Amino acid sequence: MDTNNVIVAKHITKIYGKGEAAFDALEDINLSITAGESVAVIGKSGSGKSTLMHLLALLDKPTKGTVLINNKDATTMKGTELDELRNKSYGFVFQQFFLNANDTVLNNVILPLKIARVGRKERNQRGMNALESVELTNKAKDKAGNLSGGQKQRVCIARALINNPSIIFADEPTGNLDSHTGKTVEDLLFKLNKEKNITLIIVTHDPDIAKRCDRQIHIQDGKISKWSNV
Amino acid sequence: MNFRDLVQSASSSMFRSKARTLLTIIAILIGAMTITLTNGIGTGIKSYLNKQLGNLGATNVLTINLTNKNSSGPKSSNSPPAKYNPNHKTALIGGRGPGKKQLLMTNKDLSTIKAIPNITSAVAVHTLSPDYIMSSNGNKYQLTLMQQFGSTTAGMLSGNGVNNNNPNNQITVPSTYPASLGYNSNSIIGKTVEIGITDALGQQKTVNATVTGVQQKNLIGNATAFANTALGNQLYALQSKGLPTSIANEFTTIEATFPSNFTAKQITALQNQLTKKGYTGQTVKNQENTIFTAINVIIIVFDMFGVIALLAASFGIVNTLLMSVQERTKEIGLMKALGMSPRRIFALFSIEAMLIGFLGSVIGVIFAAIIGKIINTIGAHTFVKNFPGLSLLTFPVSTILIVIIGIMFIAFLAGTLPAIRASKKDPIEALRYE
Repeated sequence: MDTNNVIVAKHITKIYGKGEAAFDALEDINLSITAGESVAVIGKSGSGKSTLMHLLALLDKPTKGTVLINNKDATTMKGTELDELRNKSYGFVFQQFFLNANDTVLNNVILPLKIARVGRKERNQRGMNALESVELTNKAKDKAGNLSGGQKQRVCIARALINNPSIIFADEPTGNLDSHTGKTVEDLLFKLNKEKNITLIIVTHDPDIAKRCDRQIHIQDGKISKWSNV
Repeated sequence: MNFRDLVQSASSSMFRSKARTLLTIIAILIGAMTITLTNGIGTGIKSYLNKQLGNLGATNVLTINLTNKNSSGPKSSNSPPAKYNPNHKTALIGGRGPGKKQLLMTNKDLSTIKAIPNITSAVAVHTLSPDYIMSSNGNKYQLTLMQQFGSTTAGMLSGNGVNNNNPNNQITVPSTYPASLGYNSNSIIGKTVEIGITDALGQQKTVNATVTGVQQKNLIGNATAFANTALGNQLYALQSKGLPTSIANEFTTIEATFPSNFTAKQITALQNQLTKKGYTGQTVKNQENTIFTAINVIIIVFDMFGVIALLAASFGIVNTLLMSVQERTKEIGLMKALGMSPRRIFALFSIEAMLIGFLGSVIGVIFAAIIGKIINTIGAHTFVKNFPGLSLLTFPVSTILIVIIGIMFIAFLAGTLPAIRASKKDPIEALRYE
């Protein structure tokens, strides 16, 4: 086994519902992603690409098969272990940002550290560092709701970065942005991938982003239809 | 999240929809205020009665009567009338309402009680009927006089209570007497007064006594003067002169003392011994408890109103938090995705519920304290004017703490349903795009 693999999925199947109504969202998926790689998951809506990301991000458990994270079987982990793994090793960037509009930018960024019970002083320091890497230190005290779309997504990236994750999951990161700001966010994500060697898994419709990734996984009807390398 | 972060997060979410939170807090406030006020009245009256009853006698005194099986007379239930017992005569006592037959005791009973182990002393309580009290200014006034038992000095406006060990005649008078007698409550202390009393043959005699104190106006024995043993005995001897000895030696009540270090258990044992011999012995504490039980029942009834208000308010909490959970679905989902455990999510919403309870109860208690202060101030000049020393509402810290903690607990219980719902949110569902 390649010890460089951060994520390995073995024969994972996800079935929703039971009996007659059973629906196979994913069927027998096998994949492995190496550290520092950037991977795009492409597919039409309903193809199962979101389900795949949820399984890889440990937000959901497969009906069959195993997911190995850093060579550890995540399917047998308890809730608290999963919570800690997501908190410490993963960063999430969502299409709809999910920022607390009433709270300050800094407080939004340090949420993962709050959850991890990191001390006040340290988390504020690390929060400022993360904001620096997305060039938003001047907005730290502003309400998150007052930012523009592109700024919001950069705050999300800062939030995803704050725990120094080994993997960032980005679900349609540019889906809500115009092409110009989308490009900025895109550049930022790939810069982190290259400079900090963070594994990047992007679920996207956008062929331009997909092309910039090292590999593309095409999902169709719950199966991997093809792998492609640029 | 550590505890401080949880509280901070809960409180900021609480104030996110201010109107909703405020209304829920008002509902709790009303309940908290009601309960605090009713308990404040209860505590106020009880502590006042405690003081007053303390004036009645020392705690190591038993008031002993012969047990009358049908003592409540016509007021009693359907039990047949008690059989006539030639050994015991009866006397009708009690003021308003149906009379109460009380069996009369003689010196034989006194010796029986004196013979009971642990009874350190026993005295017959005679009814004194003096004609008048007169001071140097020559005016005569009516007088109700009772013999003082036990050693009590509490509740004196000036001077001290009478001393039963003093061989000289001593008397304390109610606060209304000094002015009529030509003194004020301080100058009367140490002065000699004359008491007139008529014996069975119709001859009026006089006895002198020294005023040792002026009693504070109180609930019980308001217009009654108290004599020490020396004065009481002398007056009774004069008053019963000419009476047949059998009648002169009749009385309804015996006051007996027991060691003052007796525990409640030992007192009960002593009372059981009296019961076996056909007597009823009551301590001041017993009499107090009878009254307190009645007060407690009234307070509990009033508390019910507060509890009903709180019950309604707790549904308000459930509603407020359910809406909060609904509104914060995405936030909860995000926190879970970022690794917050369901237990912490539960804690977050429970804390929010308890914060609402805390705010409501604290503001309610403050309101109750302000209202109490106003009522006490008004009352002192109007409706409780005649009861000096009575502050109608008192709020001991312990009661306030119990109210606040109790309401926070109720709020916690109300918050469990929304909190469980929040902790069970599926992050995938919560973060799904519309």
